[in-house]
Amino acid sequence: MRKAFPLLLGAAGLIFLTAPVVIARAPFESTMGLVQKIFYFHMPPAMLMLLSAFFCGVMSAIYLVKRRAQYDWIAHAAAELTVVFGAIAMVTGPLWARKAWGVWWVWDPRLTMSLLMWMIFVSYLLLRRYGGYGSETLAAGLAVFGMATSPFVYISVNIWRTIHPLTTVVPTLPVDFAVPLWYAFAGFLLLYISLLTLRVRLEEQRAAVDLLYLESEE
Amino acid sequence: MKRILLTVVLLLNAIVLAQPQTEFIPVTEVPKGDQLPAAPLVIAAYAFVWLAFMAYVWVLWRRLGKVEADISALSAQLGKKRP
Repeated sequence: MRKAFPLLLGAAGLIFLTAPVVIARAPFESTMGLVQKIFYFHMPPAMLMLLSAFFCGVMSAIYLVKRRAQYDWIAHAAAELTVVFGAIAMVTGPLWARKAWGVWWVWDPRLTMSLLMWMIFVSYLLLRRYGGYGSETLAAGLAVFGMATSPFVYISVNIWRTIHPLTTVVPTLPVDFAVPLWYAFAGFLLLYISLLTLRVRLEEQRAAVDLLYLESEE
Repeated sequence: MKRILLTVVLLLNAIVLAQPQTEFIPVTEVPKGDQLPAAPLVIAAYAFVWLAFMAYVWVLWRRLGKVEADISALSAQLGKKRP
């Protein structure tokens, strides 16, 4: 995976550079017009935030059972990326909402649950940063809890009354909308994998530093 | 009393009529008044995505550089090859 890193990052960069052209050629949506084009840079990071939260929870659960540091490294990396992709989704969303709904933010079930889930993963990172010895176990438990909320975030728009578009929007997209969306999604996904690889490498190197410190103290 | 009743009826009506969007329908042209105010928001969203990723990659690179410098220093101190 480490050898594929430059290739992945290059492919992601290429997609990001060409995505605005592909998106500009997509048709305007009937009720929202130009501002709907934020969708192509809002939905992929939002979806990756949910997937990343789930992935982090799974890795944390495996870590709690097997106690192998590698799973913890991956979980820690995934938690950080959940926060980064979540921040992007939560900034681009209000920019879209301002024009489409007339407000920056509403305490809608989807928005509120997304914010809460994002805050769980911010807590995870704070716990890892300031929790001291043993915080990885507590953080792993928190990540499992965060993972459990992610399916609810996804289906919240179908359960409760909301002004956020439903989950039926994406599967029923006309081809002209779907092509730029999945193109942008591919770019975000490649970027996610590249950043995850880099972030896991950082954890690996930190573990190596800890070992060297122990050796130097002996 | 009439005003309160009217307000309640109108609010209930609004709640019943407000339906979430279930699909996106393409159109060929958008009214001009709709296009201009949206442009800064679209540009801001795209710019934020770029800036956020560039900032994150830069931070990650710096953290990685610092850790690798620590490894080199400690390895030199211990007189062993880098792991």
